[in-house]
Amino acid sequence: MLQTCESESDSATWRERFLESYGWMLLARVVDDKLGALYRAGKGTGGVYLGAGQEALSAAIGVSLEKGDVFAPLIRDGAGRLAFGESVADAIRTYLGSSLGPMRGRDGNVHRGRPAEGILPMLSHLGAMVSVVNGVLMARRSRGESGVVGAASLGDGATSTGAFHEALNQAAVEKLPLVLVVANNRYAYSTPNERQFACRSLVDKAAGYGVRGRTCDGVDLESCLEVVGGAVEAARAGEGPQLVVAELLRLCGHGEHDDASYVASDLKASPLGRDCLEVAARKAVGQGWIHAAELEALKAAKREQVETVVIEALGEPSPDPYQESWCALASKHLSETHEGV
Amino acid sequence: MSRGRPLAHFVSMSITYLDAIRAAQARALADDPRVYIYGQDVAAFGGAFKATKNLAQEFPGRVTDAPISEDAMMGSAVGAAIEGMRPIIEMQFADFSTIGFNQIVNNAGTVHWRTRGACPIVVRLPCGGVPGGGPFHSQSIETIYAHYPGLVVLTPATVEDAYSMLIEAVAIDDPVVFCEHKFLYYHLKADELPDEALPVGKARIARPGRDMTIVTYSAMVHEALDVAREFAGEGTEIEVVDLRSVKPIDTDTVIASVARTGRLLCVGEAWPWGGVTAEVVARVAGEAFHLLDAPPMRLNSKDTPIPYHPDLWSAHRPTAQSIAAAARQLLRH
Repeated sequence: MLQTCESESDSATWRERFLESYGWMLLARVVDDKLGALYRAGKGTGGVYLGAGQEALSAAIGVSLEKGDVFAPLIRDGAGRLAFGESVADAIRTYLGSSLGPMRGRDGNVHRGRPAEGILPMLSHLGAMVSVVNGVLMARRSRGESGVVGAASLGDGATSTGAFHEALNQAAVEKLPLVLVVANNRYAYSTPNERQFACRSLVDKAAGYGVRGRTCDGVDLESCLEVVGGAVEAARAGEGPQLVVAELLRLCGHGEHDDASYVASDLKASPLGRDCLEVAARKAVGQGWIHAAELEALKAAKREQVETVVIEALGEPSPDPYQESWCALASKHLSETHEGV
Repeated sequence: MSRGRPLAHFVSMSITYLDAIRAAQARALADDPRVYIYGQDVAAFGGAFKATKNLAQEFPGRVTDAPISEDAMMGSAVGAAIEGMRPIIEMQFADFSTIGFNQIVNNAGTVHWRTRGACPIVVRLPCGGVPGGGPFHSQSIETIYAHYPGLVVLTPATVEDAYSMLIEAVAIDDPVVFCEHKFLYYHLKADELPDEALPVGKARIARPGRDMTIVTYSAMVHEALDVAREFAGEGTEIEVVDLRSVKPIDTDTVIASVARTGRLLCVGEAWPWGGVTAEVVARVAGEAFHLLDAPPMRLNSKDTPIPYHPDLWSAHRPTAQSIAAAARQLLRH
């Protein structure tokens, strides 16, 4: 197991994994800061949904998965997306409505993905993507592929949906290699935990479905890497669905339009209110895994990387309504030609 | 399907609409390893209506029971379809598909447009009324699916169409809502299954006529044909157009029929507000008003939940009697 670093090489591997994850967390935060600034400057269209406070958990998902796995991220998974292989350009282009982005202006912000590369584009209907991951895993299994893991990200609010229940039960019945990660960030938009569920902990739900449940400290990257990594390993080894519940606090509004004034001040002052990036940086510097000066250089490099992408994307063409096919079907011959004139 | 490519030649003295649906699925499973069937009680039990009878035995591992989870059934079909499979999802009753509605309309229906990928899923909906079905086992809900973009909605009215359209549906790269009528399951019989068929998207002239057009689909085709036979005895020739597909609608065939007859009655078993009949009337009024000799008419069920008692049920939906009354009214114009 990862947490028992008994040898030199184990500890070197752990250090590398930690620093790699921290790099994705940092990049995601820089992208988010830029997206927030663009939103306030009136650039782009629609809402902006950021991941502040959830980067450690999200990055842990991304680095624990392998190429060939499948990932259905949620709205605060910028770090996990990057770690799993999504480009910075995909995020920026989708927010800015570039026709060169993966959604070509047809969908925006966090609703981006590349199914062929294992990143499924989310619906707004929470919980709906979990059974889609199940279906991908069922298809892979039917073709005789083994060792594939599917991860889906949810928040505490999504655990109240019927889709969550149906999908987790389905995964359990089918014994699928599903890792369902719930970021309990205390608020579903503005609704606090006590108006969302009545069980002691969301992880208690695991027993009801007959799946293994685990919890982690979502503020602590090491805890996230250990627990999410362990869940992914177990799923890959054929141990069936794994439910991971991470305890943390959203450090931003639901979207940038939301000042999150409803977040209780005692929660902000509690250990949950710490910034996972600062916690991880202190750990890395404290362990001597990285020098403070290197950290600053890393931040500067990420800012420059993101700035370059933004400048390019701002110059890219918008989708052209006159060139748009306006056909929702792959089977063009079955498209309704009638346009309601 | 490509016209001229022979379908399986399946000979029997009495093949029902239900047999045709089973035979089409057997053929799809045999022809394409990407096809699988997933739904409640579809495996060893063979389905609530036996539309998958013995298929689990004939195709091991490819016909699987699902938990009572229409949302997860459809969501997993989307995932499998993205991965290149061709799932057939059996809803036990069309009425229950509302639990999977979000996955059908918001997920399956948007995959291609959002991602350019294919999402080939057939959702089989046993729909329509039978005596004693009641409010939650009788619904005809093609309209709500046809309203959403990204879906193909089929409503076969004959044994031949049940077979050929289901085979073609499995080959379509988009989600197909396949509305099979429960009343027709045992009621209709054919001597053999077809080698060739009209392609999906084309309407069929079920009976030619010159005096008025009845446009309809699914079980109502047979009520309309009864009326046409009755009127023929009185010297009035009714043309019956079977839409076959309600999304897309073959507007050209409908308008060509109205051009011949000058009168349009559109009949559907579904509820009256909006819907397929309203869409057909709107298209004809908008595009072929000059061809009409009388105001176009619609006839649908009553705007209540579907009653349980057979006496109430048969008064709730259009019947040959109520269609005949509407046709006489239209002919008086």
